[in-house]
This record gives sequence, C-alpha cells and structure tokens, in this order.
Amino acid sequence: MTMQQQALPLTGMAQPDTGHYRGDHLLVAEMVERGSKVLDVGCGDGDLLLLLESRGIDGRGIELSREGVNRCVAKGLAVVQGDADTDLINYPDDAFDYVILSQTLQATRQPRVVLENLLRIGRRAIVSFPNFGFWRMRLQLLVGGHMPRTENLPATWYDSPNIHFCTIKDFVQLCDEINVKMERAVALDLYGRPLRLNLPWWFWNMFGEQGVFLLSRAGKAK
Amino acid sequence: MVKVQSIPSPAIHADERSQEADHPSSLVALFGKDQPLPLDCGIDLAPFQIAYQTYGELNTERSNAILVCHALTGDQHVANIHPVTAKPGWWETMVGPGRPLDTDSYFIICPNVIGGCMGSTGPASTNPATGKMWGLDFPVITIPDMVRAQAMLLDRLGIETLFCVVGGSMGGMQALQWTAAYPKRVFSTLAIACSTRHSAQNIAFHELGRQAVMADPDWNNGRYSEKGIQPHRGLGVARMAAHITYLSDAALHRKFGRRMQDRELPTFSFDADFQVESYLRHQGSSFVERFDANSYLYLTRAMDYFDIAADHNGVLAQAFRGIQTRFCVVSFTSDWLFPTSESRALVHALNASSARVSFAEIETDRGHDAFLLDVPEFFDISRAFLQSAGTARGLNRTGG
Repeated sequence: MTMQQQALPLTGMAQPDTGHYRGDHLLVAEMVERGSKVLDVGCGDGDLLLLLESRGIDGRGIELSREGVNRCVAKGLAVVQGDADTDLINYPDDAFDYVILSQTLQATRQPRVVLENLLRIGRRAIVSFPNFGFWRMRLQLLVGGHMPRTENLPATWYDSPNIHFCTIKDFVQLCDEINVKMERAVALDLYGRPLRLNLPWWFWNMFGEQGVFLLSRAGKAK
Repeated sequence: MVKVQSIPSPAIHADERSQEADHPSSLVALFGKDQPLPLDCGIDLAPFQIAYQTYGELNTERSNAILVCHALTGDQHVANIHPVTAKPGWWETMVGPGRPLDTDSYFIICPNVIGGCMGSTGPASTNPATGKMWGLDFPVITIPDMVRAQAMLLDRLGIETLFCVVGGSMGGMQALQWTAAYPKRVFSTLAIACSTRHSAQNIAFHELGRQAVMADPDWNNGRYSEKGIQPHRGLGVARMAAHITYLSDAALHRKFGRRMQDRELPTFSFDADFQVESYLRHQGSSFVERFDANSYLYLTRAMDYFDIAADHNGVLAQAFRGIQTRFCVVSFTSDWLFPTSESRALVHALNASSARVSFAEIETDRGHDAFLLDVPEFFDISRAFLQSAGTARGLNRTGG
C-alpha cells in the first residue's frame, strides 16, 4: 500500500507553536479547511472545537457526558448531549463538510455503523483512535500477560469504556471493506508527533501510538 | 365535627389587582381600532394594549434587545418590585447588572402576555364595547397570538431584530414560536424547560385546574368581579395542584419530609398537620391575591393548544428549516412537567435543520421550578451562550 505518500507535511506543528493544544488536535485542525462546517462527535471538554473556532471554522459538537456538554456550553460552544451510536441518525445527509471522531471510535458499540454515518453526514470524516498494535500494547500482552494499560488509556479491562479496540491495520481493512477512501493517514508517536512518512505500514502499526485518518466517500469527494 | 380548614380569602382585595388590568404600573403600548391583533380563532382584537417593562438601554445600532417571555403565572415585572405583592421581580437572579441577562450590556424588554391580567388586554380587562370586564367574552388566545402581539410591540419600539428571545416554560414556548414565526427577527434563542408542544399529561393537569376554578360557585360563569367576589377557593386549588407539578418528589421530601406544622402530634382533623400541606395552602392563597381566575383559564388553554409541528405538516424540523438563529436549549433532570426528552426532541429537529444549537441538561432535584431558582450552572451556561452570541453579533466590541 502507498497510503503514507498521501500524508502531507504538517505546517505549524513545530513545538514552540503548539501552545497548550494536543498534538492530535493540531493535526486534525490542519486537515480542516478554513470556513468549513464541522461536527465533532465525542467532543469532550471542547478543546478541539475551541481550536477550530479560533481558526474561523463553524464547529458543532456532540458529547455523551452531561458534565462535558455543560462545560462546552459554558465556553460558548454549540454542543449537544448525545451518543454517537444512537444520535447520528438524526442528522441529515451532507449536513457538514467534516465530521470528526477523535479518540471515540473504540468506545462505540457499532464502529462500522458509526463510521458509515460519519461519511453520510459529512463530506469528509476525520477519525483518530489509539492503535492497539502499538509496541507497548503488544509487549504488555506478550510479556506481562495482562490487558494493556497506558498513560493515554489508563482504564482497567473491567471499567474501560473502550470496547472495540483496533489496530491501524484493522482500521485500514475496515475502510477498504466499506469502500471508504483514505485521503490522508498519519501515525503519531507516544508524544503526539507524526511518524516519518516514508516508513512501511508495519512500522506504523508497531510504532504509531495513534492513527489519524482523513476519509471521504469513494468517488464522491470534491 | 372534625375541624376543617380551607383556603382563606385573599388579603389583597380583587379591586386592587383589577386596577392593574386596565391601568398597569408599567409602560403601556396602545393599539387602536386601526391596528387590530389578528387572532388564531379568527377574531381581530381591537383595540388592545400591551403592558411591558424595560431594563438597560437600547444601543444606537438597536442590536442589543433581549425579549424575556414570562411563564404562565409570571408577568412583566421581571426585575423590579411587584406593584401588587411588593415582592422582588420573578427573575432577579437572571436579569440585572452583572447577571446573565446583563442590563449593563443588553436592553431587556418583558411584556405581559395577551390574555394576562397585569395590564395587557385579557379577560380581566374592560371590554370597550360593554364597559364591563371581558370575562368569557374574551376570545380564546394562543401562544402564536401572544407572539404576534409582541411583534407589534417591537415594531412600535422600532426594534427590527432581537438579539435574543429568552423564556422558560410557557415563556420558552413563546421563544420557540418567535423563532419559528419570525426567524429573521431572532438572532438567538434561549429556550428553557419547555417543549414544542404541550403533552397529554400537561393538558390533563391544566384541565384539572380549570375545572377547580369553574366548580367554585363564586366563579359565577366568569362574572365574579361584578359581584365583588372571586373564586379564590377554586383558583387556590388549581394553583396547589399545579405547584406540585413544578416541584419534584425529591425536592418535596428534602424540604418537608413528613414533618409536622407547629405541632408534635396529629390533630385527627383536616387541619394542615403537615408542613407540606401548609406550604401548598400558602401557595394557593398568595396566588389568588395576584392573579385573575379567568386569565388562568385562558393562559392554560393557550399552552394546551401549542404544537409547533402541527403548523408544519406534523414535521418539527420543517418549522426550523434553513434557520440561522443560534439556539441554546436547557432542561433540568428532575423536571417532569417538561422533561429532558421533550427538549431532546427539539434538539433533534434543530440538528436535522443544521441549526447551531447548544443543549445542556442541568442536574438538580428542584423540578420544573429550577429555572426560576438560584442554579449556578444554569446561569453560567446562559451567560456564556449570550456572550458567544454577542461576539457573533458584534456586541462585545465596545464598552468592554
């Protein structure tokens, strides 16, 4: 596969400029064209939406937790309480230019249906998720013999909201299956920095702590 | 004989209040015979008047006006001492300098609804054709009628676009009706503890209240004031029943539990042994002092008829199609009169219209009444919504 070649160098990603924003948020924001309309599914405390709005993007959000929603609304953001699994059906086709699912796919009950809905509502989707193929995950299972836990995924197996973990390889396979076009793909290391582009997929799957994908409907994107 | 105690006669005499119906202690906009209010029932109401209060100042661009719509038993006295009860305004926690509806930044207008009894034309007003109180000769009005009258008031005041329309409960219904009927005149909408249609359960409670009023012999087919009486027992019972729906089981338990009222043991009578009984009786009797019984019939009816979707082929999303207005919808977890599910249905319809909408559900045990009480999270959200809408409207550039 030649996906890596489609990933672009990231402008404005130099450490001094990133400020307090998360690496994956900056990367996502880079992928969104200015002036577009965006839905952030699972928007948490609204940090990504604030970043997008600061760039002149019309952002909306859905968040599962009431506390998260209320913190977002108290920041002046247009966020509603809702569930990615059940509430996306209420949105019409092509309502947004981009629909973002940041670090949430693994917590949905039906990731495939959710992914299909993202690309129905939005012309493009940006999906980021923790890569379960990351070497530290593999090592914990292989050597430690227990379910992996990391700084970014600290929950134990019995109280984790993350019920559908996948690897970068698995995700690419799902995209192929449901005929989704990958416009860009980026793997981030443990520190949120993008891995070099000219590396093979197995390397990404091993050393990428998370994957960030810009997707569009095959044959339909602008 | 077992001792009984019913709702006492009001301390404030009916005459004192009925003065307010024709000659309110407020600003009044008069509309003559040449400016009728077309009502949904087919009648043109003319002449009529709207009593209203304003707070803060209208800016030179006339872009900072906020319309506050009051609830069923509210009135225009949002943030000043009430002329009849001498109590503070009903939303002083929300409206005032430094409050979420900041009178240092915004121009607040609150009219008494058509059908009300505090100076806007309603059943308690004098019918110019007869020189007597309208009573049941007053035409049945609807929420859209109230909003149409308010639009005429804004025309009179020279305000083309509202920065925001705000309301809770019946006020929220008006806010939604405003936005659906005049989308270009409403920049933002803050709809609190309300619904786009009145539920069967809510209609049922209203019918209970109306029947209580009409069952009181002093109601006299609506012509009580001519006899110098008022159906204070019927209206008091209506208010008691309604007041229970404004609270919650948890709030009643927290406030009163099974505690006794000024006594240790039951009196084995129908006296108010329990604190909760005493409280409800107080609610009933104090309400009667400030509210007209016929007005209560008309306003509850207006709420019953409210159904925005019905005016749009039954599809709620059609009412808001292509709308540019910014919405903030707020519900409260323990509100069983206008439960969160009703707000969620509204939010879904707004999503389907791709409207810019925020929706927050606030956790509280205080029931429907929470929107009138001191709930800091609700204030924070209202303030932030207005500030962000203000930025979008260019209101925050001057005056810092």
